[in-house]
Amino acid sequence: MNHFIDLTLNGIANGAIYAALGLSLVIIYQATRVVNFAQPALALIAVYLAYAVYLATGSYWTGFAVALASGTLMGVLAERLLIRPVHGRSPLSAIIVTLGLLLALQGAAGMVWGNGDYSFPYPMDFRGRFSPAGAFGLGAVAVVTLLLFALYRFTPLGLRMRAAALHPESARLSGVRVGLMLTAGWGIASAIGALAGMLAAPPFLSPNALDAVFVYGIAAAVLGGLESPFGAVAGGLLLGVGLSYVSGYAGPELTTLAALAILVVVLSVRPDGLFTRPVARKV
Amino acid sequence: MTEPPILRIENLSTRYGAVRALRSVNMTVRRGEICAVLGANGAGKTTLLRTVSGLQPPDPGSRVLVDGTDVTRLPAEAMVRHGVAHVPEGGGVIAELTVEENMRLGGLWRAGRRERGAKAAEMFELFPPLAERRTRHAGTLSGGERQMLAIGRALMARPRVLLLDEPSLGLAPLITRRIMRLLQDLRAGTGLTVVLVEQNAAGALSVTDHGLVLSQGAVVASGSSGELLADDRMRHAYLGF
Repeated sequence: MNHFIDLTLNGIANGAIYAALGLSLVIIYQATRVVNFAQPALALIAVYLAYAVYLATGSYWTGFAVALASGTLMGVLAERLLIRPVHGRSPLSAIIVTLGLLLALQGAAGMVWGNGDYSFPYPMDFRGRFSPAGAFGLGAVAVVTLLLFALYRFTPLGLRMRAAALHPESARLSGVRVGLMLTAGWGIASAIGALAGMLAAPPFLSPNALDAVFVYGIAAAVLGGLESPFGAVAGGLLLGVGLSYVSGYAGPELTTLAALAILVVVLSVRPDGLFTRPVARKV
Repeated sequence: MTEPPILRIENLSTRYGAVRALRSVNMTVRRGEICAVLGANGAGKTTLLRTVSGLQPPDPGSRVLVDGTDVTRLPAEAMVRHGVAHVPEGGGVIAELTVEENMRLGGLWRAGRRERGAKAAEMFELFPPLAERRTRHAGTLSGGERQMLAIGRALMARPRVLLLDEPSLGLAPLITRRIMRLLQDLRAGTGLTVVLVEQNAAGALSVTDHGLVLSQGAVVASGSSGELLADDRMRHAYLGF
């Protein structure tokens, strides 16, 4: 029983990271219908910058703040400089741009910081059953989810962002600057991606440190539904717990295969994800 | 001194690729008038509204003036600040948002939460069926209710000029008559100016002051609604009644 509880708690802690990454993907997908394959690279650069600041100042939290700020800035710049010029063309154009950005940023990280592993600190003590570090990750994702919910549901900015994503023409006719809202969405999503990177990176940081987590992040987003931010969070937590059981009971070598199997099953049975309700739209 | 027209369109042309969709259209609408834009399918009626509201870029040499201010090259999101609201064909309500959210969206550019709230309350009073469904998703509304919501959302911006594209499309005659009556009431109550695109020429001319008829992107006739109704050749050739 203890083993089961340990696996569950560990799965929740990991699931929070997948949820954050899934959330960042969903926010961008909702707004632009683009799966941002560059997200792990944007997060990676933010984490490297945090690491540099941590080394310079000795303060994890200063590095943490720098990661979020630089993540936001990189998301904004990526949208304005790379995605905006191809917006409105084939969705494939934007996807290829994000893939190109992924390769370029990962290569740049290797050139600047080398391909070796750096020892990267946890925000808090990581030892013991459901460690403070694990609790911090879960709490951070919960706070982000609640803030996002409040932003989308209760603020004029959130309403503008939703309108811009759902029906750009109607939003424009209502005075909404759609381009600005898309940029804001990329900024917010990349900040959340940077948070996921900060949670996922320890104990070692390398140019490929976030690759596996990104695969699970995509799986979480698809599991919950690419249209549903809260589905992505639920999907991330479910995936984290599920993969933890697979790792604990069947062997850690099967976790990637299990994630793939879950993706295939969900896409076959509920292509819109577990938490997305198909809405009949009159057009 | 004569008051400038609320909307003046000079030499307005636009194209979709190689196809010229509007050819040097001129039009003047005075404050508080209801003006019909008529013509067959593909005549350029919808394109005219889209070009005026900034959704479609005009060709060089075109001019659109609102209350004397040149707004020709302003993007659509800026037009609402100049007092121009556009209800596109089909209404453009956002199905995934609630009725209340759609309504709020129209007034968001105005500062002041209290002012927006008061205007929304006014709109729900104007459209009681929407008040009963304010928490429901707009996608669940009937065609008539969606059109009411689209007009209500446009009015939330307190426009001086309302561009209304085919409000009767797919609606029962009774609902269409209600909408036409509403336009007349708004004009009488607030001095709202309306540019109304309609396929149903006879119905439109019965509520408008004057109109213009488009064919292949060019103006082929304009005049008071009475003159257009009395012109048998024009009615048979271009208006289909």
